[in-house]
Amino acid sequence: MHEPVKFHFNVDGENFSSAGEASVMVKKKLRQLGFPPDVMRRVSIAMYEGEINMVIHADGGSADVTVEDEYIEIVLADKGPGIPNIDLAMQEGYSTARDNIRALGFGAGMGLPNMKKYTDYMHIDTEVGVGTTITMRVNI
Amino acid sequence: MKIREIQDLLQAELLCGNDALDGDVDSACCSDMMSDVLAFVKDQGVLLTGLVNAQVIRTAAMMDMPCIVFVRSKIPTEEMLILAEECGIVVMRSARRAYEACGILYSHGLNSLTGQ
Repeated sequence: MHEPVKFHFNVDGENFSSAGEASVMVKKKLRQLGFPPDVMRRVSIAMYEGEINMVIHADGGSADVTVEDEYIEIVLADKGPGIPNIDLAMQEGYSTARDNIRALGFGAGMGLPNMKKYTDYMHIDTEVGVGTTITMRVNI
Repeated sequence: MKIREIQDLLQAELLCGNDALDGDVDSACCSDMMSDVLAFVKDQGVLLTGLVNAQVIRTAAMMDMPCIVFVRSKIPTEEMLILAEECGIVVMRSARRAYEACGILYSHGLNSLTGQ
């Protein structure tokens, strides 16, 4: 049993062009730790989608990544508007992103479904007007 | 297909990644929606796009895509090229329109990345 490796990032909600910096950093760290490409890709894509969501919808938040013995856990927490209907938000193609976000290449309504697709476990804890915390795990 | 052949076929200007031109790719995708690239692309190949922002580079980096071609002579920023260099991604730009560029590469044997 090793001491878990942990990374913490603040996700800046002000600047769309910097969204994803934490995910790029995590991918680099996982590469240094010697994880296989498939694990690195799944973790970084899921986290990247989450980061983009936090910037688009919630004015940023925080990202915590923990490398456990059997899985890598990503916790994305924000104090945004919350998700009123999780089932609807999980439908491919459903999006509340504005047109200016689509012009930047996002907001196709694939973020949350994609996060679920690339991870082995995903839990959404959300309250309207309070915020959202998404916990994802990728098995090693 | 070598990445350098893609450069030749599209008469593209190399913007960064000179060291990786001999890398091999066997498929490509074209999209201005990075959401779709993240959702539907299955293998690691060339990304053709007319979208210009840092998320294009990060999307390719997340997907382990080794080469980005900006079509319609789009010019990426210096910041984007620095990020691409850091991620080991070849970046080039071509005057071809997206449809033409795809047609040229497809007719020379590059498959679709989406596997549809």
